Parts: sequence; C-alpha cells; structure tokens
Amino acid sequence: MELYKLTAHELIDLLKDKKVTQQEILDCLISRVGSVDSKINAYVRKDTVSYPIPNTQYPIPTSNGIPVSIKDNICTEGYNTECCSRILEGFKPPYDATVIAKLKNAGALILGLKTNMDEFAFGSSTENSCFGPTHNPWDLERVPGGSSGGSAAAVAADEAVWALGSDTGGSIRQPASFCSIVGLKPTYGRVSRYGLIAFASSLDQIGPLTKDVTDSALLMNIISGKDNRDSTSVDMPVPDYTRSLYNDVKGIKIGMPKEYFVEGIDPEVKKIVGEAIDKLKTLGAELKEVSLPHTEYAVPVYYIIATAEASSNLARFDGVQYGLRVRDKNIIDMYKKTRGRGFGQEAKRRVILGTFALSHGYYDAYYLRALKVRTLIKQDFDKVFSDFDCIVTPTSPTPAFKIGEKVNDPLKMYLSDIYTISANLAGIPAISIPCGFSKKNLPVGLQILAKPFNEEMLFRVAYTYEQNTPWHKIKPKL
Amino acid sequence: MSINKDTIKNVAHLARIDLTPEELETLSVQLKDILDFIDKLKKIDIQKIQPTSHILPINNVFRDDIPGDSLPYNKALDVAPERKGNFFSVPKIIE
Repeated sequence: MELYKLTAHELIDLLKDKKVTQQEILDCLISRVGSVDSKINAYVRKDTVSYPIPNTQYPIPTSNGIPVSIKDNICTEGYNTECCSRILEGFKPPYDATVIAKLKNAGALILGLKTNMDEFAFGSSTENSCFGPTHNPWDLERVPGGSSGGSAAAVAADEAVWALGSDTGGSIRQPASFCSIVGLKPTYGRVSRYGLIAFASSLDQIGPLTKDVTDSALLMNIISGKDNRDSTSVDMPVPDYTRSLYNDVKGIKIGMPKEYFVEGIDPEVKKIVGEAIDKLKTLGAELKEVSLPHTEYAVPVYYIIATAEASSNLARFDGVQYGLRVRDKNIIDMYKKTRGRGFGQEAKRRVILGTFALSHGYYDAYYLRALKVRTLIKQDFDKVFSDFDCIVTPTSPTPAFKIGEKVNDPLKMYLSDIYTISANLAGIPAISIPCGFSKKNLPVGLQILAKPFNEEMLFRVAYTYEQNTPWHKIKPKL
Repeated sequence: MSINKDTIKNVAHLARIDLTPEELETLSVQLKDILDFIDKLKKIDIQKIQPTSHILPINNVFRDDIPGDSLPYNKALDVAPERKGNFFSVPKIIE
C-alpha cells in the first residue's frame, strides 16, 4: 500500500484498526522524501538532520502518532530552527514552541527535518531561502507560493502527511492555493505563537496545511487554545472542530466582495472561482455581492505595519545571544557586520523600510496613518459580517508564477498577496481550499473568510464544497 | 515623499545593517517604488479615525505573581556565539 498518499485521518483509522504501525508510516514517508525531494526541495538540511524527534511523552505509538512536518520558523527543542536564514545558522532552540509541545502531548511524531520557507517568512514564493527555492510539485519550474512553500509543497507531493506553517499576510493560504491543498489561517489569538520566531506580532498566526478539510479540523483540535506564555492567545473554549464537518450549506449567507473580481485578476482564476461560487449556490448557499471598499489599501497598509513590526522583532538578531556573529572590536560594527552578512536581500529591504516608517519625522505620515487605515479595513469586514456568515474570494489573483519571474520586482511580488492580507489586518480566520485547475494544469484556490473565532463556519462551508467536488483527490505527477 | 541614498544610509545605520554600495544602489530604487505605491494611503481622510495597533479587545493581561520554572541559564547560554562563565560575551562597550 502506498501509505504516503493517505490523509492523516485515513492513517489514524488504519492505526486504530492495527492494520499499520507507526513505524511503517514513518518509513514510507521517509522513503518518499528520499525519492522526490531532490526535485522539490521542500525540506532543508536533509544531509545533516536525523528524524523523527523522539517523543518522550509517548515512547509507545498512539493512534494519533502521525508524523507532522514543521516550518523552519517554529522552535523544536534541540533540532535546528533557522528561519532559512544565515543569521540563525546552527541554531538549536533550548525549548519547544507551544504547538510542538501540544503535538507531542497528543502523541504525534515531529519530523526533525524542517520545511523550507522565505527567510523569516518574508516572501510569497519561497525563493528568499538560504537553502534555495522550493519547486511547485505541479510544475517544477514554478514557485510553490510562500512563505510556507516548503510545507505546502511537501503536503502536495505526499512527502508530508500534514504540516504546520505560519501566516502573516497569506503565507499559509497562498501556497496552499498554488499547490492544491487546504491551508488555514486561524483567528488572531486562537493558536499560541510561543516559540514561533516572530515576524509581525500583530498579524502572525500558526496554522495547518493539510490534504483535506478533515485533517485541517483535526490539527486545529490539537494546536488551538489559550497559552499563558502568549498573552495574545485568547481564553475561549476550543470546540471539537470535527463536529463542523457536515455536508450542508443550505441557507448559509455568503458575500462576494466586488473589489476582489476586478483589475489584476487572471481571467482563468476569475472563471474557476466563479464556477466554485456557482457550486456553493447549487448546494443551497445564498450568495450576494458585497463591498469591502478599502480593499485597495490593504497591501500598502500591510507593508508599513508588517515591516515596522519586523524591524523591531528582528533587532534581536545581533550576534549576541544566538546564531551568527561576525567578530569586531567595536560592538556597533559587530552588530552591523553580523546583520549585513546574516540577513538576505528581502530581510534587509524590509527591516530598512520598517525602520524608516518608524523613524523620527516619518512616523505620523506612514506608521500612524497605516494603523488608522487598518481600522477602516477592519470596519469593512465588521459591516459585511453583520449580515453574512462568510465571504468567498479567490486566494490569489493568479496561479503559481515562474521561479525568478518576480524576484527583481519586490512590489510586483507584494501584490500577489492582495487577496490574503486583509484577513491578517482584520484578525479574522480564513481558509484556502482547492477549486480547480487552469489550462496549464495549475491549481486555483478558493478562499473563505469568517467572523473572528468562527473557524467552524469555515470548516462547514469548506467541507461541503470539498465533498461535492473532485479537486482535493487529484495529485500532481512526479 | 522621496527617499534618497543618504536617507537609506542613515536608516541602515539606525537598523545596524552594513550595506554594500551595490545594495545601497538597488535599495534606493526599490524603496522609492514601494514608497510611491504606499503614498496612495494619502488619498484617504483619516482625521476622525482611531488607529488599530492590535485587533483583539484585550489590553493588559495580568496573572498572579507566582514563581514558576524558567529556562535554565546554561541551556540559554549554550546557543550563544560566545560566552564567559554565566554571561554572554561581547566586545567592550564602555570606553
């Protein structure tokens, strides 16, 4: 049996029925990595890292003992976590992120191999990695999206059963869309970020990348909840998300924001997403056009707020406490040389832009203004959600683009996040699910957004769509 | 607002990043493009709008002051690029 093709919930059923052992699943997965990852490069440090990480809580396999793949910015105690940056080369965290501890407590196996990403999650293509780009399993000449491109490509290529990523402006959903898998950004505060190497603290969330909606709900059951070590995590009961997995959207009110279907959208994406929306209508949902009038400001607001917060968060990488140090007799020069050599181009660009936006004389014109426009963007959503249960949009304006196509034009790259950024600015949950393929056989994703802490609505609508369409079962040929 | 090489040099110093002359050249072009794009925010009237710095309605998060386990210092120092005894070691700061 080709175990690597199965979803986590299918494997859990086999484990429960004792038809397969945890070791067999692991062996099968590792041999799959060995046979396809030279083409994909979804995992980093393949030559040096052993796997899996021993789970001391559960030395004996449990029915939840499914291997999980982890993005390189989530701390795994004793196992390299480098954010795919030279400045963190060799960094072995002294503690586990809360999501890792929760997974271990649930009996899961953590792969010691980490997944590739844009350095510090700065990017939309996984090209900004010090380990080289990840290739899209659907077309090796194209990007898998980013920044969680390694996690998305690994799941799509059946080299991972399921994976965790992080999403600051679309970094889970956009690669999920490019790779034809399911990617969820939970509500801000739903999942603890303790041990996630911070990019933009008012936007970052950890979330699952999975082969189907059921796996997404299962993984959310494990990782959600209040954590005293992350004061932004919210003390609200975690529902059993699998109870939202029922095949019915009758009477659900869904809004389609007209601003998402205008200029800049690829005509094929528009058509495919339009068909997905028609499908939801056929299944009984009530669809109506709505307006999110400040949509066009989301990208500029984001690139001020995210870079400002990043410039502050990345101040800790100075050659003192961990990672790279370029020696000098003078401490300021030591900082400058360490950061000059350790950061890649996009990291430098963002830290400098963020420092500029916060600097004396520019703060009001850029940072404060962006925070105010953020309020308007949030109010747009509040207004729509007073009448609607959820919103549907394309996840990305285009299918996966070619490797190298946008690397020299950062602004063009930033615009590929145009449909995903608003959810982070407003703090709301959003999911991307597969909804079809272009003529070149490139995946297209459908994004569903809901009110804060209403992941259940996302799961219900996504599950219903999935159960009535074939897309999630179609695999790339490798 | 335009950004020139001198501004970037100054900001790079504030951000403690050494830039090569080529990097300075590229960045001044790219950041100008990005800031021109961001300038579209100036079209909006924000006079009466409150800023949103954090999306959740939580302000101060307090807990009881009870001592708990924390990271053993040796574990933290093990990952340091340079240490002396129980301290992070850095170049001389005070002249």
